[in-house]
Amino acid sequence: MQTDIEQKIRQFITDNFLFREDRASLTDSESLLEAGVIDSTGVLELVAFLETGFGIAVRDAEMVPENLDSISRIAGYVGRKLNSHAR
Amino acid sequence: MRVEQFLKDSSRRFPEKIAVVAGDRRLTFREIDAASDCLAAALRRHGVMRGDRVIIFMDNRWEAVVGIFAVLKAGAVFSPINPSTKADKLAYLLNNCRAAALITLGSLLSVARDAMAEAPSVKLAVVTGAAAKPALAGGIRFEDAVTEPGAAPLPDPAGIELDLAMLIYTSGSTGLPKGVMMTHQNIVAAASSITNYLQNTPDDIILNALPISFDYGLYQVLMAMRVGATLVLEKSFAFPQAVLNKIAAEKVTGLPLVPTMAAILLQMKDLKPGAYPRIRYITNTAAALPPAHIMRLQELFPQTLIYSMYGVTECKRCTYLPPGELAKHPDSVGIAIPGTEAYVVDDAGRRVPPGTVGELVIRGPHVMKGYWEDPEATDRALRPGPFAWEKVLYTGDLFRADDEGFFYFVARKDDIIKTRGEKVSPKEIENVLYALAGIREAAVIGVPDAILGLAIKAVVVSTHAAMKEQDVIRHCARHLEEFMIPKLVEFRDSLPKTDSGKISRRLIDSQSLESAE
Repeated sequence: MQTDIEQKIRQFITDNFLFREDRASLTDSESLLEAGVIDSTGVLELVAFLETGFGIAVRDAEMVPENLDSISRIAGYVGRKLNSHAR
Repeated sequence: MRVEQFLKDSSRRFPEKIAVVAGDRRLTFREIDAASDCLAAALRRHGVMRGDRVIIFMDNRWEAVVGIFAVLKAGAVFSPINPSTKADKLAYLLNNCRAAALITLGSLLSVARDAMAEAPSVKLAVVTGAAAKPALAGGIRFEDAVTEPGAAPLPDPAGIELDLAMLIYTSGSTGLPKGVMMTHQNIVAAASSITNYLQNTPDDIILNALPISFDYGLYQVLMAMRVGATLVLEKSFAFPQAVLNKIAAEKVTGLPLVPTMAAILLQMKDLKPGAYPRIRYITNTAAALPPAHIMRLQELFPQTLIYSMYGVTECKRCTYLPPGELAKHPDSVGIAIPGTEAYVVDDAGRRVPPGTVGELVIRGPHVMKGYWEDPEATDRALRPGPFAWEKVLYTGDLFRADDEGFFYFVARKDDIIKTRGEKVSPKEIENVLYALAGIREAAVIGVPDAILGLAIKAVVVSTHAAMKEQDVIRHCARHLEEFMIPKLVEFRDSLPKTDSGKISRRLIDSQSLESAE
């Protein structure tokens, strides 16, 4: 399941942000901000995608780099949110 | 007074006080002062002379603060450049001011190297965060330069206050950026006037997430150093909660915003009114904050003074609205900043009565000396004033004043787009669009956007049927700074023209509005 989530997130980032950069790929742990892949409006688009794409509610306090600044962090965060829902 | 005196004085008064917080680093005034002394000596040793230009190509980090003051202590002129600038534009800027040196960081090395290859004037590159000696001609490590004491004493003073202190590049309607020339006297006047009305004190802790390549962000550095306040540097506002956490942790008292940041704060779901009572003031400039946003911001920060301000790079700041007047004049940008004068004129340059729309003119010691090596543009902006020795600044912005003397922004006279608080020349983006094979016609306009103020939209005619929006954006991302990259691309069969056959941005604009309705 984690890989599905990661796949979906990677696809979104590739389609919406990564295509602009002259780079073939982005590692799972690379900082999206440092890599220049995402900016303040990009974060808002990402959050909107996570909310509609995974049916989770992203709280303000969760909108921090620890949860959202790399593909693996986003996947981990989404996984935790979905788990806490399921329980 | 020269600008480096800000730091020298604060270092003498508060040597062990924290001057800059950047990420995990905390540096005292004494440390910033000492590091900039060493770097200034290194610049001199490597041939940077009084009056030479040095480009600072960095994101928001403590090294940039040291760089700015080192350049001034060496008697040279600094120019801060946005770190998302691409190599060809950086080369243009280096050549435009014939920069003698570049101060940058390891992650921007490849851009810097490509640009320097085209810019023969650059003899020295000071690079921070490079593991070894940077692999480019004239490269030295920042970390070595700030620890090695100078063999020869620095010139003291390094010059006089009439000397050029900085060049701030600003978008022009021609598409080529122009370097706004500011002397030490200009900066000291602007910084003094602003810290005066903001009532800044050494107890202030100012959080700056605006790029220091942008004069509004840069002045947070200069003003904090002037009053001996602490500056908390953030690289971005992308994670607003992270910034708010920092505000709480560092007990921030001053928060400069642009409307995009305010809009991001206002759409947060869990931000409770009164949660940040230590913030003494919030400032907004770069574009007007809608009155509804001002009111909601005031509800969220009830103990905070909110300053609506207006300025142009050519004089740094024009007007501010005293917070006590906010309730009465929420859509006004206020009155002239202390020690300066603002008034509205007609096309012949005559002052007009209240209520009449005309161009805003600024007088004062903060008005620039002109555009670097561009006498024609300078003559359009700086025109004869009331005294024979004086030039006044024509802002290019249409304003009106009310009976009480408060000013209201009406419109820009040119096509410059304000997005995310930054000035963008549609022409500069169109020039890039035309370089993409298949683009036959291109026009760039700003379309209303809740977060950005205006979002950049490219309207193009392509001869390649297969060309997609992503192709256009990718091409732009290779050549333009982050904030200039179009958010939207529309393909059309043809673009509307004026009677003289010129593509009309205005006609496209009105068509876009109609189709959005």
